[in-house]
Amino acid sequence: MELNNPNLPSDTVIVTKLDEAIGWARESSLWPMIFGTACCAIEFMSVAASKYDISRFGAEVVRFSPRQADLMIVAGTITYKQAPILKQIYDQMSEPKWVVSMGACACSGGFYDNYCTLQGIDEIIPVDMYVGGCPPRPEALLDALLCIQKDLRTNKYNPDRHKDFKGLLDES
Amino acid sequence: MSHEYITVAPSELHSVIYNRYKEGFNYLLDITAIDYTEHIDSHDEDYAVVYIIRHKDFKLHVVIKTYLPTLEIDTITDIFSGANWLEREVYDQYGIKFINHPNLRRVLNHKEFVGHPLRKSYPITKGQLLYEVDDLIDEMNNRLLSKEVVCSLEDGSFSDCNKDLMFLNLGPSHPASHGTIRTYVALDGETIEAAVSEIGYLHRGFEKSCENHTYNQIVPYTDRLNYCSAISNNIAFVKTVEDMLGVTLSERAQAIRVMLLELSRIEDHVVCLAAVLVDMGGLTNYWYMYNPREDIYDLLSKLTGARLTNSFMRVGGMANDLYDGFEEELKEVIKKVQYGVQETLALIKHNRIFHDRTQNVGVINAQDAINASMTGPNLRASGVSFDMRKDTPYYGYEKYEFDVIVGSVGDVYDRVMVRFGEIDESIKIIDQVMQNLPDGEVNIKDASITLPSKEAVYTTIEGAMNQFKLTYEGVKVPSKEYYGSIEATNGELGFFIVSDGSGTPYKVKVKAPSFTAMSAYPQMVEGSQLADAILTLGSLNIIAGEMDR
Repeated sequence: MELNNPNLPSDTVIVTKLDEAIGWARESSLWPMIFGTACCAIEFMSVAASKYDISRFGAEVVRFSPRQADLMIVAGTITYKQAPILKQIYDQMSEPKWVVSMGACACSGGFYDNYCTLQGIDEIIPVDMYVGGCPPRPEALLDALLCIQKDLRTNKYNPDRHKDFKGLLDES
Repeated sequence: MSHEYITVAPSELHSVIYNRYKEGFNYLLDITAIDYTEHIDSHDEDYAVVYIIRHKDFKLHVVIKTYLPTLEIDTITDIFSGANWLEREVYDQYGIKFINHPNLRRVLNHKEFVGHPLRKSYPITKGQLLYEVDDLIDEMNNRLLSKEVVCSLEDGSFSDCNKDLMFLNLGPSHPASHGTIRTYVALDGETIEAAVSEIGYLHRGFEKSCENHTYNQIVPYTDRLNYCSAISNNIAFVKTVEDMLGVTLSERAQAIRVMLLELSRIEDHVVCLAAVLVDMGGLTNYWYMYNPREDIYDLLSKLTGARLTNSFMRVGGMANDLYDGFEEELKEVIKKVQYGVQETLALIKHNRIFHDRTQNVGVINAQDAINASMTGPNLRASGVSFDMRKDTPYYGYEKYEFDVIVGSVGDVYDRVMVRFGEIDESIKIIDQVMQNLPDGEVNIKDASITLPSKEAVYTTIEGAMNQFKLTYEGVKVPSKEYYGSIEATNGELGFFIVSDGSGTPYKVKVKAPSFTAMSAYPQMVEGSQLADAILTLGSLNIIAGEMDR
């Protein structure tokens, strides 16, 4: 029986593995930090508004302080001028943390193939989930959130998953 | 309306502009430069600087060009305060020095950036990794010096502050900074003694990208200028190109464009108001104001295929005609918008907190606003009745009955209320358009501009060739230099286009209303409280995509 089964009687005692209990707790209490810079940030506003309502998925408490967040959503174009700021904020977030790259610009630079646009945030920080679209529809972002939650629920999360990551701004 | 295009010698430039200023051309629209090194017409000088100024009756504009034998020219910041950032941008992008400029440094690109990206010799994809954040100390010290908080010492350094100041960064990454804008403030308690702003965090190279895309390929880029009202940017751009081609749209296409322009104005104002009220702590209004925007999205995605970045316009018309049943759905959406506006006004109109937080906060008077090249609702809030829909009507705006909403003080309250008023006026215009929507085609019938029908493409060789030529080479625009603009949601949105006769513009410069509004912002918040600075920024509706391009 899974932990999130709504049909559990109220006086049940559950015996489970610690990992699963932690995964379940994490899944239902993600605290997103929105790093919104451009058009995608407007679509994130839609996700937070009542029609799409991100709070239905237990990820309501949008924080703008890296210390209080565990899910970074990079929504919008990251320029070379912005890149060190993004990296600094990512570094300030405490582990465990996840990164969603929202939209074409964050994933690959999008159609801004030019002198000022970073060609994908994965050149500087590790990314767990990419969301395509320019900008993606709100449903797409919610889908990315559900995918991360599924990873947490099924314990696919590996704390060492980005250990070898070396970005452009990391010291060599 | 005939506009002047004149060429002057660089040594006379300052006096020519000053004389024009005294004649009443007191509104600086834009400054840019042109790199002629790869232009088909040979010029003796490689670079020219272009100034666009507008007359105080707002009907006429003059484009003044000067060819530069050396990459230096006198500043005009002593005439227009709005020239400050505009000249810095030209210096940044082209490397042209402005003599006696008070603070000539880069504005869009990083301070460590090497080279000048809009020069033709700069390769478009040559990115540069940059590390050091600009500390802005020297700019702040100069600002404090001018406010007499510090004084200059004999060795060129600055004395200690005579006040106990705390220096704080607002932004560049903070929800209250509305996008990636950084303002560095010197606080005495909660009061801002001095402020300097740094922008360019969302500089995406729009103008450079334009130089290697065809005219129709640029339309999606314009969507992402002011992404809160994408269609109005589309229209501003294609209208300028159509004016260069000398074509006139059918009455139906013009009417649909007016309707979509007003709809995007509503869309933009609604999100600005929702956000500024959240800044004030009024979260309820966010639901009232933002949800009708979702309904506009639904309508537009049915019409255009995209929610936010619609790319609906084409040179010579638009992607599709309206679908059956559009009118009824539009009426429903308008009703929801009106309901949202009503409910929000019911909450704030007589609200003491709202009045105290907004009235006489972030004030800019009419004269300063004009001098700083502010435009649109922000200028009208200061009491200047400048609206291109009235002053230089296009697309039959003179036929529609509507009022220009003006404020009197130029504070946050006026800027908010002007936007509320404009939503009502836009609804009035939309009603009038939909009542008398003419029949006809939405695209002009000219094989050199609009694509042939799909039937012609698949069944005839001429149609197939026509499609290929237009898609590969783009619409050929006659060789000229032209400035065109419309009253977009944030103010006058203009495009200065240099064409060399090919299907790709030689140069595109955007006259972005947010850019000049932001340049006036630091002075507007000096002397006010820290929390008021947030409201002032929100009420100016700075859209980073349009400001930084």
